[in-house]
Amino acid sequence: MEVELKTPISEDEVRKLKVGDTLYITGTVVTARDQAHRRALEYVREGRKLPIDFNGLAVYHCGPIVRKVGEEWEVVSAGPTTSKRMEMFEYDFIEKLKARVVIGKGGMGDKTAEACKRFGAVYAAFTGGAGVLAAKAIKRVVGVYWDDLGMPEALWVFEVERFGPLTVAIDSSGRNMFKEAQERSAGMRESALRELGVM
Amino acid sequence: MELEKIIRDTAKNLLKLSAIVLPPTVEKALRDAYERTPEGPGKVQLKAIIDNIEAAKRLKKPICQDTGVVSFYLKVGDDFPLKSGLKRILTEATVEATREVPLRPNAVEILGSNTGTNVGTNIPWVVIELTEGDYLEITAFPKGGGSTNVSQVKMLSPGLGMKGVLTFYIDSLLNAGAAGCPPYFVGVGIGGGENVCVELAKKALLRPIGVRAEGELGKLEEKMIEAGNLLKIGAMGTGEGPTVLNVSIETACRHPASLPVAIVFSCWALRYSTARVAKSGEVEYLTHRGIVLGT
Repeated sequence: MEVELKTPISEDEVRKLKVGDTLYITGTVVTARDQAHRRALEYVREGRKLPIDFNGLAVYHCGPIVRKVGEEWEVVSAGPTTSKRMEMFEYDFIEKLKARVVIGKGGMGDKTAEACKRFGAVYAAFTGGAGVLAAKAIKRVVGVYWDDLGMPEALWVFEVERFGPLTVAIDSSGRNMFKEAQERSAGMRESALRELGVM
Repeated sequence: MELEKIIRDTAKNLLKLSAIVLPPTVEKALRDAYERTPEGPGKVQLKAIIDNIEAAKRLKKPICQDTGVVSFYLKVGDDFPLKSGLKRILTEATVEATREVPLRPNAVEILGSNTGTNVGTNIPWVVIELTEGDYLEITAFPKGGGSTNVSQVKMLSPGLGMKGVLTFYIDSLLNAGAAGCPPYFVGVGIGGGENVCVELAKKALLRPIGVRAEGELGKLEEKMIEAGNLLKIGAMGTGEGPTVLNVSIETACRHPASLPVAIVFSCWALRYSTARVAKSGEVEYLTHRGIVLGT
């Protein structure tokens, strides 16, 4: 099914999404990679206020190419980075910061799936490498925080219009499309080796 | 115009072309994959790939924000007048292309930080082959981190023979899974030694798609494509659509006691571009004939 959601996204809306749905997001998407995840959770532990409230927003695993044209930021290319690296942070990120959609590539693990189920969130895959497509859907850079982490690691706040297509890959029932596909592939190992005359 | 400037401008343009426009054979392989994939998440991913390729071309922007670590493969003719200066010229071209395209700075010093320019210790990596003739052939071959991280090299026990090589190929694919942005182009290098097999595997990726190795190896390439696709990793790991779009094998003789094998993966965005610079200064683009991006 194809769904378009506007931020802030409610828990009810996100719980209706199912693995395999195609999702487009309009509103606010914030990039965060390894260092930004780490710092955000440090802030939470120390009770400090974050520069942006993630509640109902989408967090995007992305290190964009951005350049300044006059006074404005121009996003040149902004495809997703490998999400697995953020697995160690994402449960807490979803629980504490109430992000409703996590966007990235390559899939995430059991802990993230558990968080999606418990707190009401989804993991949605954006096509790896599709950096221009992503940049096209970004209408404006609303702000940038933590730029001391460097261009790829900073928190970029993007205003987006029909950002996608995103494939819902972990839903709030805890189904994990990438994990299921991986298990199916592993089950095909023998057939593949037989095809090659090895077994 | 002096030859040095022509080489620098050509190398710069090759980096730009490779970042923005896929070689037509690569694009065709992706379009064919889209056509034969049934409706579903796999097709949605392939559609996004095609849309992205078209948008990159139209907007003259890099296909992917990871514009890779830069390497150049050169064929230097006996009678081409410029030789020892080539590495410096290519380094300058990389700095300029990084600023102008722009490319993402991807050169990080091992005990330091990102150089910010895509050049630094031993980068750009330059591979030189000597050849007859009076021309210089330059291939720009930037490669992204995602698919590099899942590439594998192993010294097999020779007793395992080709069965060992094929098992290693299948297990490397399973290990790569969705992480390297499939559907994959796979370069396989067998023999030589530690460095040789990896270099052969990378070079294999530069062989035009559709051109098979001769004889038995060519047949094996086809069987490896079929077997790899049985794994159903699918487009971007969705389990749908192709897993492997091409396999190319290059070999070298091996030591009697060793069987080195490298499996080098390229994401769907297999990026390279080649041009020839004649001694006279005339430039002929080989992979991207007639494609002009301007400045």
